[in-house]
Amino acid sequence: MAYQTPEGLQYAKTHEWVKIAGDEATMGITDYAQHALGDIVFVELPEVGKTFSQGDTIGVVESVKAASDIYAPVSGEVIAVNEALLDAPEILNQDPYERGWIVRLRLSAQPSGLMDAAAYEQHVAEEEAGH
Amino acid sequence: MNTYEPPIFEYSAPGKIGVALPELDVPEAALPEELLRDDEMDGLPELTEVEVVRHFTRISQRNYCIDTGPYMLGSCTMKANPKIHEEMARLPGFAFIHPLQDEELAQGALQLMYGLQQLLGEISGFSHVSLQPAAGAQGELTGILVFRAYHLERGDTERVEVLVPDSAHGTNPATAAMAGLRVVEVKTDRRGNVDLDDLKSKLGPRTAGLMLTNPNTLGLFDEHVQEVSRLVHEAGGLMYGDGANFNAILGIVKPGAIGFDLMHYNLHKTFTTPHGGGGPGAGPVGCTDELAPYLPGPVVVKQGERYALHMPEKSIGRVKSFYGNFGMFVRAYTYIRMLGAQGLREVSEIAVLNANYLRVKLQDIYPVAYDRTCMHEVVLKGQIKDAPGIRTLDIAKRLIDYGFHPPTIYFPLTVPEAMMIEPTETETKRNLDLFIAAMRRIAQEAREQPELLREAPTRAPVRRLDEVRAARQPILSYHREAIQALRGDKADPDDVLIRPLGV
Amino acid sequence: MSHYISITDQERRAMLDAIGVTSIEALFSVVPEEKRFPELKLPEPLSESEIARELRELSGRNANTLTHRCFLGAGAYNHFVPSAIDALLRRAEFYTSYTPYQPEISQGTLQAIFEYQSLICALTGMDVANASHYDGATALAEAAIMAVNSTRNRRRLVIAPSVNPQYRQVLRTYTQGLGLQIIGDERVDASLDEVLGLIDETTAAVIVQTPDFLGQLHDLRPIAERIHNAGGLLVAHIDPIALGLFQTPGAAGADIVTAEGQPLGIPISFGGPYLGIFACKEQYVRRMPGRLAGATTDLEGRLAYVLTLQAREQHIRREKATSNICTNQGLMALASTIYLCLMGKTGLRRVAELCYHRAHYAAAEIAKLSGFELLSSGPFFKEFVVRCPRPVSEINRDLAARGFIGGYDLSVHYPHLGNAMLVCVTEMNTRADIDAFVEALRG
Repeated sequence: MAYQTPEGLQYAKTHEWVKIAGDEATMGITDYAQHALGDIVFVELPEVGKTFSQGDTIGVVESVKAASDIYAPVSGEVIAVNEALLDAPEILNQDPYERGWIVRLRLSAQPSGLMDAAAYEQHVAEEEAGH
Repeated sequence: MNTYEPPIFEYSAPGKIGVALPELDVPEAALPEELLRDDEMDGLPELTEVEVVRHFTRISQRNYCIDTGPYMLGSCTMKANPKIHEEMARLPGFAFIHPLQDEELAQGALQLMYGLQQLLGEISGFSHVSLQPAAGAQGELTGILVFRAYHLERGDTERVEVLVPDSAHGTNPATAAMAGLRVVEVKTDRRGNVDLDDLKSKLGPRTAGLMLTNPNTLGLFDEHVQEVSRLVHEAGGLMYGDGANFNAILGIVKPGAIGFDLMHYNLHKTFTTPHGGGGPGAGPVGCTDELAPYLPGPVVVKQGERYALHMPEKSIGRVKSFYGNFGMFVRAYTYIRMLGAQGLREVSEIAVLNANYLRVKLQDIYPVAYDRTCMHEVVLKGQIKDAPGIRTLDIAKRLIDYGFHPPTIYFPLTVPEAMMIEPTETETKRNLDLFIAAMRRIAQEAREQPELLREAPTRAPVRRLDEVRAARQPILSYHREAIQALRGDKADPDDVLIRPLGV
Repeated sequence: MSHYISITDQERRAMLDAIGVTSIEALFSVVPEEKRFPELKLPEPLSESEIARELRELSGRNANTLTHRCFLGAGAYNHFVPSAIDALLRRAEFYTSYTPYQPEISQGTLQAIFEYQSLICALTGMDVANASHYDGATALAEAAIMAVNSTRNRRRLVIAPSVNPQYRQVLRTYTQGLGLQIIGDERVDASLDEVLGLIDETTAAVIVQTPDFLGQLHDLRPIAERIHNAGGLLVAHIDPIALGLFQTPGAAGADIVTAEGQPLGIPISFGGPYLGIFACKEQYVRRMPGRLAGATTDLEGRLAYVLTLQAREQHIRREKATSNICTNQGLMALASTIYLCLMGKTGLRRVAELCYHRAHYAAAEIAKLSGFELLSSGPFFKEFVVRCPRPVSEINRDLAARGFIGGYDLSVHYPHLGNAMLVCVTEMNTRADIDAFVEALRG
C-alpha cells in the first residue's frame, strides 16, 4: 500500500514526522500511522511549557480499539499544541501533515537518528513485511 | 420480535409510580432546610410497574445469552448456569442475612463459606483460600499485593518487577501497574509456551513474580511449566496463577502441585455462577502455607464446631466490604457438591475434547495459531484462503446471522486476526457440528459472496454500529435533544414505533 | 456421565477418532505425568434434591430479615426490594449473557447500562457514571486513585474518620504500592473541620462521606470550596436513598462521587454481590475506570448502544490503563436501574422521607429510655448513634433472643464513643417494629 511521505520532513521510527525551521520544530504522526490506527477518536496533547527529550511520550492518539503513544521526535519545550484536534481528531486521518500537526517545540538539542522520506518509506515497507 | 424500544425516559408522565409504599406512621420530624435537594429530580422517570416490566422484558429480547444458544466466547467460559443455583442463592436464609449480624446468628453462612474454601483448596492444591476478591481482576490485584507484602516482609525491597507473557490478558499488566510494580513482558516461543531463554534473561533480583495463565490464552498448556516455576523460584520470584482457564484442568492437574504459589479462581467461569451481562463475578484466591498470612480477609476458620471470621495476621488488608460475593459462593458450592471429583474431571475432559474436535474440523480452512493439541479453547486465524478482503471481524459478524454468538476476536494480541473459540463442556456434539458447518459455509461465502460477510449481521436487532461516532461525540446519558438528533426524529418521535415488527 | 454433560460415550469415540487419539486421557499428555489426574478428595456428588435439602438446612441456621426485625445498617441496608426486580433479573437474557462485546446481539444489556448511567447522573447531579464497580468500598478506592491521576504530581489524600472504616481499609489496601500519603483519620474523634484543615497544595483530594458512617449529614458546598481553592478534588461518598431528599453532590460541587448501590434494589445477601456507584464531572471522563456505554446509530441510522471510550481500559491500554477493572457489574446495575424506574422521583422521595422520619422517631424514643443517650447532634438521615448503659454486644445478644438484629457495635472502630450503638431505621421498620425494639432495649 502506498502512503504519503512528503519530502523535506524528517521521520522517526515510531512514525512521527517533524519539520525543523531554525530552533522551532513542528511534529505530527505520519500517513502510515493514521492508516494503521484507523479512525482516530481522541488525541491527548501535552501542556504548553513542558519539556521533553527525544523519545519521551509526548501524547496519545486513540482509535476505537487501540491507543498509541506519540513519541517526541526531537528534544525541546512545547510552545504550541493543535487544539483543533481536541474537537476534531479526524483531522489526523484527513490531513496528517498540514492541518493535523500536533505539537510545536522549541528545540533544546539537535535530534539524532531521524530518517528522510526515502529511508522512512523503506522502514515502513519492512514493518509491513514483518506482519 | 426485534422491535426497537425507546429509552425508558420517554414513557414518563407526571404522577405515575411503580410501587405501593407504606404510609408515614410516625410524626414528621423537622427537615434541615439548608441541606435539601433543590431540584425536581426530573431525570428520574415516573412509570407504572407494567411499563417498567414491559420495557425491560423487551430490551432483554435484544440480548443473546447462553440459554439462547452456543456462546463460544474464548477465555470467558460461557457454560450453562444450572437453575438450582438461582433457587439456592435466593433462600431467605442466604439472601436476607446481614453481613454484620452476630457470627452466632450466621453459622450456616459461615459454614458454607468454610466449605467452599476447603473445596477450592482441594481442587487446586492450595492449603488456604480467601473468598473475598469480587472478580478475577481483583483476585489478581490481591495476589500481586500479597507477593509484594511477602517480599517486603523479608526485607527484599528491590523486587519491583512483574513478568507477564505477551499473550496475557490485559488485566495482568494493568494489575501489576495498579500495585505500583513494573511490568516486564516475556515472549512466547514457537510452540506457544513461555520462551525460556527470554524468561531467563528477564529474571533477576528485581523479579517479584511471574503471572502465568496455564493453560494460556492461546489455549495451550505450557510444556515447560515446571521448568518455568523452577526458574522463577530460583530467581527468588513467586508464581501467580491466573485461573481464567481453570476449566481445562479440574481433576487433571492441581496448580499448587506444579509450582504455583497463589492463584485466583473465576467462580463465574469455572464454577458457573452466572455472567450477568458482565458481572457480578467472584475471584477468590488460594495459596500456599507460606503466603497464607498475607491473604485479605476476613476468612472463615473452624474452631471446634463453631465457624468464625478471622483476619490473617499479616494481611494486605480488605480488598472489598465484608467477605466477598456471598451469593456467588452459594452457587459455586452447589455446583461443586453436585458434580463431585469425578464430575469435575469430566467437565474438563469434555471441555478439552470439544475444543480439540473444533480444532481438527476447522483447521484446514482457518489456520490454527499453534499446531498442537489444545486445551479447552482453540485459537484460529480468520485468514481464509482466496478471500483477501475478509477479516476476522466479518466472520464474527456473519456468525451472528447463523445464530451463534461469535468467539472472542483479536485476542490474544500476538495472533493476527485471532479467533479464540471456547465451546465449554456445555455444547452438544450436534451444536459443535452445526457450528463447524456454519464456519465452513461462511468461508465459502467469503470467497463467493464476500458482501454477505461485510454487511453482516443483517438478522440481529441492529446492524453494525457507528463506534467512531460513539467515541468522537460521546453521549453517555439520556438527553432528549441529543437522542432526538441521533435518531433523526421528525415531528413525531414515536413514528419509529408505528411500523410493522422487525422493520 | 453426569447430568451436566451431553456428549454420549458413542459421540466421544467418534470425536476422539476425528482428533486422532485413542482416549480422552491422551489429550492431556502434555501435563507432567507424575502430577496428572490427581485424586480430588471431595464429598460424594449429590442429587439436586439432596443439595437443596442440605442448603435449606444451612440457610435455616441464619437469622435473617424475615425471621428477625433488623435495626442494623453500617454499610449494608435492609431496604424494600420490589418484586418486579427479581422477576426481571431472572430473565436468562440478562443473567446468562456476558459483557456486551458484540453490540448487535447485546442491545438489552447495553441499553440497560445506558439507562443506568443516565439515572445515576440524574440522581447525583453528575455528568458521567459507569456501571463497573464491585461495591461502595472499591468504588471509593478507585475514585481516590483517579483523583491522584487527575491532579498531576499530587500524592496526598485527606480522608475523614467518619468515612466507613471498611472503606478506609480498602483504600489503604488498594494504594499500598502507589506511594501515596493518606492522612486525616489517625484520630477517629477528629472533627470534620480539623480534617479539612489538613488540605494543602499537595492534596489530590479530600474524601468525605455524607451521610457519614455515623449517619450524620454534611453540607458538601463549603468542603468543595475549600478543596477547590487548594486545587484538589472533592471525592464524595453518598447514600443514594438520601438523595431522594437531600442535596446532590453534583450541585454541591463534588468532582467524583461514589456510593454503595446495594440500597437500590439489591438484597443484603451477607455482604455481596453489591454495586459500586461511580460518577464524575465530564472533564475527568478520560481518567475514569470501568466500562461506559454510549448512544450511537447502526448502519441504517437506528438508535443503538455500544461500549465506548474503551481506550482507557485494560484490554487496550494494558499497564497504562486507568484501572485493571474488567467487570461491568451488569446484573446489579440492572437491579438498581429497575429500582429507580419503579420508584421514580415520587417513590424515591417517599422512601427517603420514611427513613428520615422513622429514624428520628426511633431516636427520640430511645433517648427517653433511662441509661440511653442520643449522641448524634447534627442532622442525620437513617442512622444515628446512641450511648448504651452496657456493652452493645451484650445488648445485641439479648435482642437476638427476642427476635431483633440489633445495631452496630461502635466500640471497635470508635472507642471514644463508649458503649455506642449505630442504629439503622429504614422504610422496612414500621412504627410497631420501632416501639417493640424500644421496649426490648428497655430490657
